[in-house]
Amino acid sequence: MTTTVEGDTAFVEDVRRIATEIAAPHAVDVDREARFPAETIDALRDCRALSAAVDDRSVSLRAIADACAELARACSSSAMIFAMHQIQVLTIARHADGAAWFGEYLREAAGEQRLIASITSEIGTGGDMGSSIAAVTPTAAGCSFRKEASTISYGAFADDYLTTLRRRPGAQPGDQVLALSARDQTHLEQLDAWDALGMRGTCSPGFVVEAAFPPCQVLDVSFAQVCGESMVPISHVLWSHVWLGIAAEAFERARRYARASSRGATQTGRTNALSQVAADLIQLRATVACGLDDFLARDLPGREPLSTVGAALRFNNLKLAASEQASKVCHGALRVCGMQGYRNDTPYSVGRHVRDALSAALMVANDRIHAADGPMLLVTKDI
Amino acid sequence: MTNGIRRILNDHARLSVDAASIDGSADLFDAGMSSHASVNVMIALEDAFDIEFPDSMLRRATFASVDAIGGAVARLQAESS
Repeated sequence: MTTTVEGDTAFVEDVRRIATEIAAPHAVDVDREARFPAETIDALRDCRALSAAVDDRSVSLRAIADACAELARACSSSAMIFAMHQIQVLTIARHADGAAWFGEYLREAAGEQRLIASITSEIGTGGDMGSSIAAVTPTAAGCSFRKEASTISYGAFADDYLTTLRRRPGAQPGDQVLALSARDQTHLEQLDAWDALGMRGTCSPGFVVEAAFPPCQVLDVSFAQVCGESMVPISHVLWSHVWLGIAAEAFERARRYARASSRGATQTGRTNALSQVAADLIQLRATVACGLDDFLARDLPGREPLSTVGAALRFNNLKLAASEQASKVCHGALRVCGMQGYRNDTPYSVGRHVRDALSAALMVANDRIHAADGPMLLVTKDI
Repeated sequence: MTNGIRRILNDHARLSVDAASIDGSADLFDAGMSSHASVNVMIALEDAFDIEFPDSMLRRATFASVDAIGGAVARLQAESS
């Protein structure tokens, strides 16, 4: 399987069409009702977008990232769900390491267009994804776990779950592995409602999760290695493309408003403000593109360039920079649009974009990333 | 040198076992060393052995066991002598 330019282009074109024709017209309702964007995810299934990176098309990460940005222009929640699913798919594909069960699973998941959610959060770990309390627990029939997750995005709507767990009962909190459980192997009890400021369609409440499955559904590799080589950098690359899409749409609304309100005569104040927002958007686009290029350049056989402290800093900083910059663009667009942007009932409304972009600094809190980066800077020589 | 490494591990790695007696090939991350703690171990090793790990060596694998750390320190000391 090799990536082809034609395959990439056709895939991104399909997703762009879904974004325009399906995600965009439903975005306001998805946001208002805080509901799962079922019609968009179903349309993505219909064009086999959920498996594009790992089926016979072998669509490139660049195309997946472009698709995230295209969807985000229409509906941030749909885009974030798509991005999170792709992160799980790519994580499994990159770390299955020839395991027969996972190979077969990916083929089945492609055939059925199964949607994978991740269960990395856990009540009691203080938000540290690198620590688990729940453990893979041997049973007579295989293994099981019980995990209290503080948030599972689209947890009630996923077909499968990829969960971080301690390798065995008694293992250290950081000695983690990933286990995949199908919906019929997994019982979820929802803990609370999902009524959030933004990203409302991701439907991310807390759950108590109980699952039982055969041992072959545990990835052998340590989660720390998966994090460094795949999950963290790919998450930050794809999330940053989602944020870029949100910001690009907010800017476009500001541009259209500035144009419409000029009434033939350019209003210098407004176009000056628009120019400032454009500068921020262009900087964001460069940051995001550079992050993707850097990931691809480091993603060599063996993945050594992805496993250094320098790489961890690099992709943490992509997340920090893109999340802050996306919010800045959305706020700038709001200032350009004024009350027409603040209202929810105008073509220039950017309230949803502002709210959705605010999630960027919080999903893996930027303060936590700075706290992790600080000590690493003391040993890194080449920043 | 190994004793010095084990002393640093006891001071900074936050292992669940005594670093003085841990097997030289045992995985320190499995024994409880977090990524954050490993960075403190890196800093302490640089200070104690008067070496600088180049960025290409600042990887999990370099610090995964007492033996791995010993090999890395010895290599850097040989290069600088």
